Amino acid sequence: MCDENTGPLPLTVLTEEEEMFYGMANEFAETEIKPLVEEMDKTSHTDEALLKKLFENGFMALDIPEAYGGAEGSFFMSILAIEAVSKVDAGVGVIVDVQNTLVNNALLRWGNEDQKKKYFPKLAVDLLGAYALSEAGAGSDAFALRCKAEEKSDHYLLNGQKLWITNANEAGLFIIFANVDFSLGYKGITAFLVERDFEGFSVGKKEEKLGIRASSTCELVLENCIVPKENVLGEVGKGYKLAIETLNEGRIGIGAQMLGLAEGALANALSYTGERQQFGKQINEFQGVQFQLARMATDVEIARLIVYNAARLKDAGKIFIKEGAMAKLVAGEVAERVSSQAVDLFGGYGFTKDYPVEKQYRDAKIGQIYEGTSNIQLQTIAKMVIPR
Amino acid sequence: MIDFSLNEEQKALQQMAHEFAEKEMRPRAAEYDKGEAHPDDVIKKAFEVGLISCDIPEEYGGGGLSHLDTVIISEELAWGCVGMYTSIMASSLAFTPIILFGTEEQKKKYLIPFTEKPGLSSFCLTEREAGSDAGAIKTKAEKKGSEYVINGSKCFITNGGVADLYIVFANTRQEKGIRGISAFIVPGGTPGLVIGKKEDKMGHRASNTAELFFEDMKVPAENLLGSEGMGFKIAMRTLDQTRAPVGAGGVGVARAALEHAIEFTKTRVQFGKPIALFQNTSFKLAQMAMEVNAARHLVWHAAWLMDRGEKCGKESAMAKCFGSDVAMRTTVEALQLLGGYGYMKDYPMEKLMRDAKLLQIYEGTNEIQRLVIAREVIGPIK
Ligand SMILES: Cc1cc2nc3c(=O)[nH]c(=O)nc-3n(C[C@H](O)[C@H](O)[C@H](O)COP(=O)(O)OP(=O)(O)OC[C@H]3O[C@@H](n4cnc5c(N)ncnc54)[C@H](O)[C@@H]3O)c2cc1C
Ligand SMILES: Cc1cc2nc3c(=O)[nH]c(=O)nc-3n(C[C@H](O)[C@H](O)[C@H](O)COP(=O)(O)OP(=O)(O)OC[C@H]3O[C@@H](n4cnc5c(N)ncnc54)[C@H](O)[C@@H]3O)c2cc1C
Repeated sequence: MCDENTGPLPLTVLTEEEEMFYGMANEFAETEIKPLVEEMDKTSHTDEALLKKLFENGFMALDIPEAYGGAEGSFFMSILAIEAVSKVDAGVGVIVDVQNTLVNNALLRWGNEDQKKKYFPKLAVDLLGAYALSEAGAGSDAFALRCKAEEKSDHYLLNGQKLWITNANEAGLFIIFANVDFSLGYKGITAFLVERDFEGFSVGKKEEKLGIRASSTCELVLENCIVPKENVLGEVGKGYKLAIETLNEGRIGIGAQMLGLAEGALANALSYTGERQQFGKQINEFQGVQFQLARMATDVEIARLIVYNAARLKDAGKIFIKEGAMAKLVAGEVAERVSSQAVDLFGGYGFTKDYPVEKQYRDAKIGQIYEGTSNIQLQTIAKMVIPR
Repeated sequence: MIDFSLNEEQKALQQMAHEFAEKEMRPRAAEYDKGEAHPDDVIKKAFEVGLISCDIPEEYGGGGLSHLDTVIISEELAWGCVGMYTSIMASSLAFTPIILFGTEEQKKKYLIPFTEKPGLSSFCLTEREAGSDAGAIKTKAEKKGSEYVINGSKCFITNGGVADLYIVFANTRQEKGIRGISAFIVPGGTPGLVIGKKEDKMGHRASNTAELFFEDMKVPAENLLGSEGMGFKIAMRTLDQTRAPVGAGGVGVARAALEHAIEFTKTRVQFGKPIALFQNTSFKLAQMAMEVNAARHLVWHAAWLMDRGEKCGKESAMAKCFGSDVAMRTTVEALQLLGGYGYMKDYPMEKLMRDAKLLQIYEGTNEIQRLVIAREVIGPIK
């Protein structure tokens, strides 16, 4: 990003390649996703044909090296894809997000050559992945997980339950965290690559939820689930590290999802307030409305800068943990504020399902919950800024 | 003299409303939230305990409750299910113009039935192009002999599809603009009254919100409220009185969210302790409690002024605006304290958050409340 003559480029200036990709992603969202948004929200269902198109257009393998059939793009490209898709439907945004920033990312970083050869070519084509850390009793305190992995001759036997696993209904591959030895505490946590048809594995109840309803959220049940030893991802006992480090990056993806959502809500508010007339004027002629729009636009810009910066830091190989946490925190709050104001600006119409802002508002709340609640981001930031 | 205590009668009313909310509303809230059926059973029971007609004066068989009594009850009902509360409140909204401006005959004829059998009514002001700018309504009423012929449409009308009585605002003298608006009492089933689509909406899904069409709807001249051209004044006077109850609804919603959050954070253990023990959690709860209390005092104060017959336009607007803003903030924060559980329909939090939003929009958006407040506090500018 550094030009010798002029110094660093502004954060929001895209390279030619990024620009082209972003344009393509925006267009895909408008033409392929938009017509399905209402129905998927209503029926709480991921459209299979759309999922197929996400794969076909390369959105599900952005970081995967070309040798394994991927696009070998940057992390920043995943961020652009998530953002573009989330402008139209944040529920689809999280499908793209989990695949790229969590599943592919974890395999890229921690997988051995055999695992990469086995799974990447499928993950690039039609295999959807899911990332299963949380349990009923272990959310923010993820390392308190109770899923157990017992070592046997050539395999591990997994027992326990996972809760709220994104994309689980459609996924074929699951990264599951379980503890091989509770006496070691979090140092017993290990990551496993579990295929959907492994014996003893099943997907349980699908949750009914407030928003991002195009993406499924399910319980996983492991009953003497047999996982071959070669499916341990990373080292035994290093699952905690894998989980933390993957989520450090994943968080920026959620920031991008929330950024996209806020942009989408702002765009809707801008066009509506430019058409709606009350008291004989367009309502965007009232200063109270204008200043709200200005505030929303500023919020979006702040979110964009902080998310882009974190992603670019990661691509540049710099430390980005604090900046990633800040990006998710800010973008989550921005999405909530902007979408809430968008509903207000639509008046009574904003409360009905005939306009998209109602859904955007419901979708926004999740940004402050998953991949570490806002409080957990604050905790991470606090740890890093307060001198010890 | 200042006295913040409730009298024995008010305590009993509060207790009664609370029990009703807890036993009759809450257990059915999630089911009616699906928005498929109308809660007729709950409305019937609400009628039986006098909650539908409590604002109607005693001489017409109602409860004759004061404004302060009403907001005390409102908070409890909204705590139970604010969607169902909206159905009940919107019905009172339609009784109010009759109580304030009706003739003796109109009161007898149209209020008494609601004290005798279960039923709901509708206040029909908003139109597609006239929301905040209610004076711009296009529905027309033409006098022909001894009746008015009404043509036009309304939108977002609470109870629109299920009401027995409608208060319809229509313009009798288009050229006069706002000063041409008149208010009419329209019984349900009047020929020409056509019920349009039922809105599919974010929250308050227990309540029915519908579009209405008037196709050469004939209304006898004696159903005019007040006189021709008084309609806008009638609407505004009515809304002045019903803003505090919307604020009270906000207090009820916020209190419900706060209570759920307290209960959850005291039992949810993460990092080896109940999350209520984290200072961040306890400060959030303290903040919510503070705001709920502040909102309640604004609401009670506005109602108290109204009962004394004092001017209270500004105070009512403050009660509505602040009460609903507190409901929004509190439900959002409380949901956050429930983490992933808060996002799921198995827990009541996400419904509370969806419900809170409407309180900032209907009966005058919060921007319009700020407009009212600003006008009064700033006063004339030379
Ligand atoms: C739609 C959805 C999809 C999800 N997808 C996935 C997925 O694909 N994979 C997966 O593994 N998980 C997933 N999750 C789970 C998600 O990551 C957790 O919900 C999240 O980590 C929070 O945990 P919790 O819900 O148990 O909340 P809790 O941890 O119980 O938190 C409750 C409240 O306490 C606060 N709190 C907790 N600890 C502290 C502290 N130390 N200091 C101050 N405050 C604190 C929290 O901030 C929160 O406000 C998903 C959740 C949802 C709702
Ligand atoms: C579920 C539901 C139930 C309802 N029930 C009833 C009912 O029973 N009876 C009834 O008559 N109506 C009812 N309404 C209608 C409600 O009162 C209106 O929606 C509300 O008054 C806002 O009007 P609008 O929707 O046309 O928004 P608009 O007036 O178009 O407002 C859009 C935005 O512009 C802002 N704005 C408008 N004018 C100004 C200004 N001068 N300065 C600054 N900002 C401004 C608003 O605050 C808002 O943010 C209901 C609405 C809903 C959603």
